[in-house]
Amino acid sequence: MTKDQGLMSWKELAPGMYILEPGNSAKFKTGDWRSHRPVLDKEKCIKCGQCYLLCPEPAYEPNEEGYYICNLYYCKGCGICAAICPKGAITMVLEEA
Amino acid sequence: MGKRVAKEVSIAVADAVGQCRVDVISAYPITPQTHIVEHLAELVNNGELDAEYIPVESEHAAMSACIGAAAAGARTFTSTSAQGLLFMYETLSIASAFRLPIVMVIANRSISAPISIWNDLSDVMTTRDFGWIQTFAENGQEAVDLVYHAYRVAEKCLLPVAVNLDGFIVTHVVEPIEMLEQELVDKYLPPLKMKYKLDPKKPITMGAIGVPEVYTEAKKALDEAVKATYKVVVQAWKEFEKISGRRYQPVETYRMDDAEVAMVIMGSLAETACNAVDELRAKGKKVGLIRFRLWRPFPMQDFLKALRKVKALCVVDRAVSHASTGGPVGIEVRSALYQSNKRPRVVNFIAGLAGRDVTKDDFIELFERTFEAISKKPKFSYEIYGVKE
Repeated sequence: MTKDQGLMSWKELAPGMYILEPGNSAKFKTGDWRSHRPVLDKEKCIKCGQCYLLCPEPAYEPNEEGYYICNLYYCKGCGICAAICPKGAITMVLEEA
Repeated sequence: MGKRVAKEVSIAVADAVGQCRVDVISAYPITPQTHIVEHLAELVNNGELDAEYIPVESEHAAMSACIGAAAAGARTFTSTSAQGLLFMYETLSIASAFRLPIVMVIANRSISAPISIWNDLSDVMTTRDFGWIQTFAENGQEAVDLVYHAYRVAEKCLLPVAVNLDGFIVTHVVEPIEMLEQELVDKYLPPLKMKYKLDPKKPITMGAIGVPEVYTEAKKALDEAVKATYKVVVQAWKEFEKISGRRYQPVETYRMDDAEVAMVIMGSLAETACNAVDELRAKGKKVGLIRFRLWRPFPMQDFLKALRKVKALCVVDRAVSHASTGGPVGIEVRSALYQSNKRPRVVNFIAGLAGRDVTKDDFIELFERTFEAISKKPKFSYEIYGVKE
């Protein structure tokens, strides 16, 4: 599947619904059923990278300044990052409908 | 023409599988399939067949191993019966959805309980909706020929094929059988080449999640693929005729030209039923027989064409679909007729369960009761025939 949300004709599917492109799951928005999202307080962050290491997705990526930023395109809102953060710099905030 | 040699059908079927140069055999023994897989084990053990024989711990594992091997591009074989097929159930739909050309011989046996090792079609009939191509043999020669055909079709269509033969009645009988010469088998079955397979050098994913946005499309694609196998099935029989001289078609008919009443049947019972047809014909009764050799994809047009001018059909099922509108074949036949302008009366009997004999005289009785149904509509939608009251 190549299109963002898998909306495609049955005629375009590979036989057996095989995925012919390795790693294509990165193209899919898998963070669309989250109820809470992590919000980072840069004042408290010490850039230790625990959130980056422990995110099961992995949705965190380091930015140019060295902070680890959560990509909400993939984040499921599990809250592991908030729970593991040694400085309490990540807060889970309810997603508004 | 090859040489006709007396062989137990199971042994001949196993030899045919060997001739098809399978790469992987994965099976768990269950009566009445045992002689097939035992003989294949012998062939591998004796070095006569260069294949991987996986003696798995269950039928679930047997089909799973075939799925894995086929996904990696191997020519695979398995065989089972009754509860073994039911134990395989979960993996059967995956084999077809993954478009894997697995060939399985089902030595048809009734399902438990009560436990029975004898023959009917109650095992395979539970699997008719999975997208497997399903063929049914009447005798040993046909069973062997359907094995060659199964690989040809499976690999052209990239779908699994189940070849059905009646447990004991066909599997354990010694018949004169003409095996295809190896050279012809090789010509008929070029080495398997799969466009997509599991290969670390060119990774693909099989078995990804089908979210609601794509599941329906995946099923539509499979459905079209299974429907499209019909032409390949027929073509493969035409090609088989060229090399063997033996002619097969999706629906077999016997003395149907001017038949008023026709029996619709599958498997080996058809031979006995043909004797009943002959006896009634000798008395001037216009009877005939229609036999499904191909069951999936359902050969709709062949079936409707075979009807000619029949006034009533006597559908003999060998499986019960409890508290439904008929046996599996009866239901299918009625449904097929609903889409056509032909509306013969359909009388549906369930007979021959668990190896219960259905004799020529039984068939004559079924024909006579169907004649009665032409003028008087039966009060039942199906009847289990021959029950001791």
